Amino acid sequence: MSENESACACTSKSSQVALMPSMPSSCVSESCCGASMEKASSMQNHEKAGYRIMPFVEEFIPTDAGDVPMIRTELTYGDILSNINVRLNIKRDDYKIASGLYAVGRPSKDSPVVVTANYKLSFDHLRKALYGRTAWILILDTLGVNVWCAAGKGTFGTNELKRQIGLTGIEKVVGHRKLILPQLAATGVSAVSLKKQTGFEVIWGPVRTEDLGLFLDNDMNADKKMRQVTFGLIDRLVVIPVEASLALKPAFYILAALFILSGISPDIFSFKIAIDRWPLSFAAVLMGIFAGTVLTPVLLPFVYGNAFAMKGLITGFAAGLPVALFWGSREGAQGMIALMLITVSISSYLAMNFTGTTPFTSPSGVEKEMRIGIPLQVSAVILAIILWIIAAF
Amino acid sequence: MKKLRYMTGVTTLKLDQDSCVGCGNCETVCPHAVFQIENKKAVITDPDGCMECGACQNNCPTLAITVEPGVGCAAYIISGWIYGRENASCGGPNGCC
Ligand code: SF4
Ligand code: SF4
Repeated sequence: MSENESACACTSKSSQVALMPSMPSSCVSESCCGASMEKASSMQNHEKAGYRIMPFVEEFIPTDAGDVPMIRTELTYGDILSNINVRLNIKRDDYKIASGLYAVGRPSKDSPVVVTANYKLSFDHLRKALYGRTAWILILDTLGVNVWCAAGKGTFGTNELKRQIGLTGIEKVVGHRKLILPQLAATGVSAVSLKKQTGFEVIWGPVRTEDLGLFLDNDMNADKKMRQVTFGLIDRLVVIPVEASLALKPAFYILAALFILSGISPDIFSFKIAIDRWPLSFAAVLMGIFAGTVLTPVLLPFVYGNAFAMKGLITGFAAGLPVALFWGSREGAQGMIALMLITVSISSYLAMNFTGTTPFTSPSGVEKEMRIGIPLQVSAVILAIILWIIAAF
Repeated sequence: MKKLRYMTGVTTLKLDQDSCVGCGNCETVCPHAVFQIENKKAVITDPDGCMECGACQNNCPTLAITVEPGVGCAAYIISGWIYGRENASCGGPNGCC
């Protein structure tokens, strides 16, 4: 039964360090009555030193393969708050839950088994989609990475699925031999070899978890729309905070370098001139980051070009122009061109980086555009540095 | 996905129709509707829609499909250029997906 105990334990480091003292039995049993007392003791039997039962676990239900945690399908305030944190790239690392088998509602031997990754957001989406239904959820250990990325890396793969089938004893829990997998896991899971090795058949579920209810109601059939990946405005907006925050650290070094470059003057280095010119180059960098990580994703389908470096060049040009024209005019033509080049090269590079986040860019395509894009971006930066120094003289 | 398109003529996707048994797995798993089954054989109908995820190759029972799957991420490709394709990785745990 040990896998069930670990299934309810949070795997994040913090909670294992913070030992939760177990509640004295008297406070639970004496004040409660009937069913909830049973429930309370079902929870208590699963307490284990150094572990904590996750707040989404309602109780434990017995199966032929031991007790299985039954989870809530409504998200709590705490769930929503921490999901926002993940999106903002705060505490992203330990945002995983323990792998294993979970129950939704009071599933039977005939209930469907839905498989997902141990990334908390994937898990939360899934339990929301299963609201009011009964099902088993089998969670693979993907090191806290979402389904698609984990499938691409092979952690959401045939072997891990095989391992979890063995660990959980799922063949004793359900009578059928079918597992519903998110379609995007097909990159890592080979249905053909899983069937050969375990006897379990893979039913490819919809791409989006939201469609799961409809899929189940529809006798496990997905229409064309459910099978295709989209990358709508909301999907693009959601990834902006992560993209932008990843750009901030290198931006810090760039800004430090620009401060020094801004102060190079006829008297070698002038602090005063640096302070005077630096804000301009600062603005050009910020515009580049804005154009590359916000404007490009938002306007992605509307900006000209197939190559993202090209799209970033266009948005960078548009964003950099006001800074260079109105504020940069005091730096003369060289200064203005330098400012434009800074904005455009940063925007173009960051836009190119955005290919890593989109679900439709092929590695061959990215490599092709990088072979052309990177030399151009680097040349633009070198030219910008030279012009920016010249403009001070 | 018709609205968002990427580079054309670059995909490494190949299909050997002779070994195809028309099971339809590729059509099911492909997130970009690249395949269609016509006369009990798979046909690549939209090669430029392919993002080289490798799902079709991974789920073809007769190995009729080949594609060079990979991560379409700039940091990953740069590290591939520097350290070789086999040792490529994203920039740290938060680098990309
Ligand atoms: S590699 Fe992926 S996107 Fe390309 S055809 Fe195969 S399943 Fe479709
Ligand atoms: S998965 Fe392979 S055998 Fe099946 S239809 Fe596609 S190409 Fe043919």
